[in-house]
Amino acid sequence: MQKYTRHTSVAALMNRSNVDTDQIIAKQFLKKVERTGFGQHLFHDWRFNEDGTPRDDFELNNPNFADARILVTGDNFGCGSSREHAPWAIEDYGFDTIISTSFADIFYNNCFKNGILPIVVNAPTLKSLMAEITENEGVAFTVDLENQRLTTPGGLEITFELDGFRKHNLLNGLDDIGLTLQHTDKIDSFEAGHKQKFPWLWAS
Amino acid sequence: MADNAPRTMYQKIWDTHFVHQEPGQAPLLYVDRHLMHEVTSPQAFEGLQLAERQIRNPQSILATLDHCVPTKLADRLNLPDPIGAKQVQTMIDNCARHELTLYDMQSENNGIIHVVVPEHGFVHPGMTTVCGDSHTATHGAFGALAFGIGTSEVEHVMATQCLPQMKSKTMLVRVDGTLSKYSTAKDIALAIIGKIGTAGGNGYVIEYGGEAIRALSMQGRMTLCNMAIESGARAGLVAPDEKTYEFLDGREFAPKGKAWEQALAYWQSLPSDAGAEYDAVVELRAEDIAPQVTWGTSPEQVVPVDQCVPGPDDFEQEGKQIACRSALDYMGLQPGTPMTDIEVDFVFLGSCTNSRIEDFRAAAAVARGTKVPEGVTAIAVPGSYQVKQQAEEEGLDKIFTEAGWEWREPGCSMCLAMNGDQLKPRERCASTSNRNFEGRQGKGGRTHLVSPAMAAAVAARGRFVDIRELDHA
Ligand code: SF4
Repeated sequence: MQKYTRHTSVAALMNRSNVDTDQIIAKQFLKKVERTGFGQHLFHDWRFNEDGTPRDDFELNNPNFADARILVTGDNFGCGSSREHAPWAIEDYGFDTIISTSFADIFYNNCFKNGILPIVVNAPTLKSLMAEITENEGVAFTVDLENQRLTTPGGLEITFELDGFRKHNLLNGLDDIGLTLQHTDKIDSFEAGHKQKFPWLWAS
Repeated sequence: MADNAPRTMYQKIWDTHFVHQEPGQAPLLYVDRHLMHEVTSPQAFEGLQLAERQIRNPQSILATLDHCVPTKLADRLNLPDPIGAKQVQTMIDNCARHELTLYDMQSENNGIIHVVVPEHGFVHPGMTTVCGDSHTATHGAFGALAFGIGTSEVEHVMATQCLPQMKSKTMLVRVDGTLSKYSTAKDIALAIIGKIGTAGGNGYVIEYGGEAIRALSMQGRMTLCNMAIESGARAGLVAPDEKTYEFLDGREFAPKGKAWEQALAYWQSLPSDAGAEYDAVVELRAEDIAPQVTWGTSPEQVVPVDQCVPGPDDFEQEGKQIACRSALDYMGLQPGTPMTDIEVDFVFLGSCTNSRIEDFRAAAAVARGTKVPEGVTAIAVPGSYQVKQQAEEEGLDKIFTEAGWEWREPGCSMCLAMNGDQLKPRERCASTSNRNFEGRQGKGGRTHLVSPAMAAAVAARGRFVDIRELDHA
């Protein structure tokens, strides 16, 4: 996993609420057994015409958003299925930051496993961010994870909340399986006690 | 917290599974059961192998093939889609390599993961259970803390039998009173989502309580908990009771003999203590819950069947107005249209929400002696081979086929339309599944979520009907 470093990048606007993981990565692309190559299928049904050409009316096909690493979007982003293919597609497409008022629980978790920072802002802030992009398409925002700050050329300065552990892992590009395995002794002794209390969990 | 402070069921399960918390890190929670299917696991096995890690407890895992399996017998023997076939083969190989129990397509136990797991009594009250699948919430019906995880977490649990977890808030959804004859667990689930919204449960574990929940069968509770995730909740929970114990008794993975007595004593200690506090409480009256139908592209876009399609002006929030407009556009509906005027092309009876034997009995009771009109396709897809066999023993398959339905092999089928069963653009479907998202049942397909009895009523008329007006006594 890549380390998440401070960056200033184009912010793309997709003003839709309840964007579900079926839209982010459609089921026909879930059959692959690899982790890579999902970016080309991101938002497929919204993004492409029947003949495979890009749809002019889809937000991310706007040339001003071509190099965006930040996605600004509506409430409850990532609801629906647990498929990690959704953050794989988002990351592979080139986004590493998503800004919304809320994220679905499993999706939010999955983001951190894939180097994506989901930033939660309040509704008025989201509105201001969206307005700034609408007025100035192609505008670049600065995300400073270390200091948990988001700044815009329009003068917005936002501090966002984030769990310290998740922040640490993002900043260092850490795989948290390794971290858990450092506690193998504790897991062993917990499991021994658990086996005594609930022996039927092991017998079949 | 004082030792004797009243605790919720969630808190009790949490306490029993808490392993360790390193300062500044998320608490580690021990995982008792790990369920798997072919779509969300291959990359986890690959990751495990690349890191040269072992599966800590292969016994904790039960796997099935369900998402991309065809529901026509000929296709099952020879999967038409090469990419799907590779995914299936990958699952078979991974399970063989690690000696995991897999109910493959040849197994008489095959079916949808959330249907087969309870059939074998694999999940018990008080357990922690995970699966790379959001509808893992289903198993909360047994009083188990069961939730969906991503593929990286699947790998994490395989390697460590633990998961870093943030504590959720708790919400009590209490449904008192008595459900009318024509309303079901599905209608309760939809009514709750209609009330709190698809994000209403974000950050919460929901405990369902009250008279109407106690009165539900285990199958009804599974339907209800299955849809906890559609309200955004991490998990749903129902306190175990006599119905739970009776359901589990004698099943393959249920404790036996002395272990059963021991387990029972533990299970009886699980329900929330009197006076336990919840972060939120929501109340509904069962009498008020009419048969529900969704009209839009989110499960919260739902109305009682005797009402009309709403318009943007019926919503106060701007976001909901926008969502309403785009849903109406996608669904091809006009505000003010009575739901019962809407005609369908397709009826789907199945999915882990509603494909248990009780669901087929309820639908068959309505389908008996009816005829699916010309131009309408109705398919009945059992959740498992056990359900299929039981239904056939009871002659339910005949009732469906005589009414013009297709009787299929088990699987997820048109719930997510990955296996070839799907709607064509603009086709409209009454479906007993759990998601009416755009394209969920096929690109451009239009889904209306309903209960099994309603689905059968719709199949008989080719349009939505208020099932309370049907006389099929
Ligand atoms: S039936 Fe539908 S919701 Fe249930 S596991 Fe299968 S695809 Fe998921």
